[in-house]
Amino acid sequence: MTPAIDVINVSKVYRRYAQKKQFATLKSAILSGSLLGDLKPDETFQALRGVSFQVPKGCTYGVIGRNGSGKSTLLKCLAGITRPTTGEVVVDGRISALIELGAGFHPEISGRENIFINGIMLGLTKKEIQHRFDEIVEFAEMQDFIDAPVKTYSSGMYMRLGFAVAVHVDPEVLLVDEVLAVGDQGFTHKCLDKFAEFRRRNKSILLVTHSLDLVEKFCDVAHWLDHGLTKGEGDPKRVVAAYVIDVEDAEENELAKAEAVRVAASAKDIQLAPENAPEIIDTGEGPAADETAGPKDGFKSDEGRWGTREIEITSVTISGPGGEAGHVFQSGESLQVRMDVTSKEKITDFVFGLGLFNADNVCVYGTNTNLEEFQPTEIDGSGVVTFTIDKLDLVEGTYRLDLAAHKADGYPYDYHRLLYTFRVKSRIRDVGIYRPDHSWTFDGGIKLNRS
Amino acid sequence: MFRNLAALFRYRGLIQTLVVRDLKARYRGSVLGFFWSFFNPLLLLLIYTFVFTKVMPGTHPPEMEPYALFMFCGILPWTWFSSSILESSNTLIAGGNLIKKVMFPAEVLPIVTVLANMVHFFLGLPILIAFLIYYQRPVSVAEIFWFPVIVAVQLVFTIALSLFLSAMTVHFRDLKDLIGNMMTLWFFATPIIYPLHLAPADMVWILNLNPMTHIMRSYQQVMFFEGPLGHQKYLAAVGALSVVLFLAGYFVFDRLRDSFAEEV
Repeated sequence: MTPAIDVINVSKVYRRYAQKKQFATLKSAILSGSLLGDLKPDETFQALRGVSFQVPKGCTYGVIGRNGSGKSTLLKCLAGITRPTTGEVVVDGRISALIELGAGFHPEISGRENIFINGIMLGLTKKEIQHRFDEIVEFAEMQDFIDAPVKTYSSGMYMRLGFAVAVHVDPEVLLVDEVLAVGDQGFTHKCLDKFAEFRRRNKSILLVTHSLDLVEKFCDVAHWLDHGLTKGEGDPKRVVAAYVIDVEDAEENELAKAEAVRVAASAKDIQLAPENAPEIIDTGEGPAADETAGPKDGFKSDEGRWGTREIEITSVTISGPGGEAGHVFQSGESLQVRMDVTSKEKITDFVFGLGLFNADNVCVYGTNTNLEEFQPTEIDGSGVVTFTIDKLDLVEGTYRLDLAAHKADGYPYDYHRLLYTFRVKSRIRDVGIYRPDHSWTFDGGIKLNRS
Repeated sequence: MFRNLAALFRYRGLIQTLVVRDLKARYRGSVLGFFWSFFNPLLLLLIYTFVFTKVMPGTHPPEMEPYALFMFCGILPWTWFSSSILESSNTLIAGGNLIKKVMFPAEVLPIVTVLANMVHFFLGLPILIAFLIYYQRPVSVAEIFWFPVIVAVQLVFTIALSLFLSAMTVHFRDLKDLIGNMMTLWFFATPIIYPLHLAPADMVWILNLNPMTHIMRSYQQVMFFEGPLGHQKYLAAVGALSVVLFLAGYFVFDRLRDSFAEEV
């Protein structure tokens, strides 16, 4: 059986031209008669690099990938909107592409007329549209507004109508680009039902989406694109899992890079003279107000670094259960914050503190050695301070750390304000900040199954 | 290219629908609606009549009376031509959504523009006919036969230019502004508000190189001047040229087709 979609070694190169150059070549291009050949691009961008795959008939095929990985370009090639630079795309049967819903609606004329025009653009005959008209209107939930000009529609109505027309074209192959977010929950379910109906009727669907849940639940095969290359294809669960790990790695790199920049920038901060240094209040939440220097408000989100550096925090690493330094951690696992500290001379009055903030800059937790009743004896030369959280019971999100060495009265030696960022990941989409260790029990006639 | 040309025929339903949409959308929301298609040429005619009878009387010989009717024979089809060219130079960019997001035969857009303007031209014809009757200009049967031929020649010629210009404008946006001025020049380089035989003798050969000259003269011959067409040879030449231009225009369009989705 021939596949519904056959993509053979497809590459796509986008060209960019500088404006001036275009005009310099206009004349010669026309004279030599080879218009595009003579316009030498200044810059090329390869969106797809030799992608091959087949979608069998009746298969629901999910394409995932980060932004810029070439998903939409692939879809455009499949839909026939652009032609691949090299390679070939063969699609068997009528295609309907849900790329931009309602493309081609004319704002001045009524929804009714637009359905006809859109249907004809998508390859239906007038009769076929007549036949399906009521069904389309009903599907779009537009009975009351169908004779109003399209320009009066809300964006949701617009998209619903576009979606309704596109799925009623009765395609053999349906191309979908991240369009399920077009309505309320009810409409989304209706769309999914419609897709399920397509599957039952042995039609093929190619879905480009960022919704990994959808791919896992809905697709027979997942295809992972990365920078125009196929990075994985096959069982959705497996491909999605590999993709998630890759995304976490990328996030990790990004956070590490951002942190390096912040730390480097803050190293240049003025080292404050002791007399005008901001005070740190005993709670370890941050420096108290001081007119001359440092952030006035301890909860101000500006990251920075200040202090006399009599004691200096020279490096900070955050690590997970494996002991490997990182920036992305699973909720519920252990976390360690390690500070390398040096002092220039012997100091007897010192406190180490830590503050944990979430993305909304809410202080999740703050503590210091003084509060926990450690009595400083002395620090001389270098040492290591390690703060261990046995179980990181936080919900998913991005968190930032304050780390500080200061005197018991708040006089800062080295204050690192929100310089360190890490991300907590979780399979559970719970809300809030803190996830207390918990369990559910059900008794009596209550029965629940965990999926 | 020829396979695409053949496919064009399959799109006739689409073209028809889009032309209707264009016409409906154009006057939607205006009080007079379709009547503007009549009123626009009528108002234009009144303006020219005013200029040439009140402001500058005596600029034309007495045998050219009624001068307004003479001008109208040319202005009406010229409006079709110039609006088509001006609009189609922008039509691919305006229809970018279709080209970028839907599998859509791009050549349909300039063709629809030309056809929609042709319908406007037809809607203006009753005014012209009313004037012909009012001034008792006899139009012979042979001339009635020639009229659609002239329209057909103009249609092919206009589509040829539209295809070429719409495709080129995608890549060279400056054409849009250039075309506006070129059309004004072209208007005066075509015997519309003056008869060809009143043009300076040393200019006539240039005017004769202009295909629109012959199309306009044919209209004038059919509707204004007495006697048979007498212009068939020129018209046939322009017709042949139009077909060649159409193929050339379509060739350029076809060559550039793949770039539209990226450049629009």
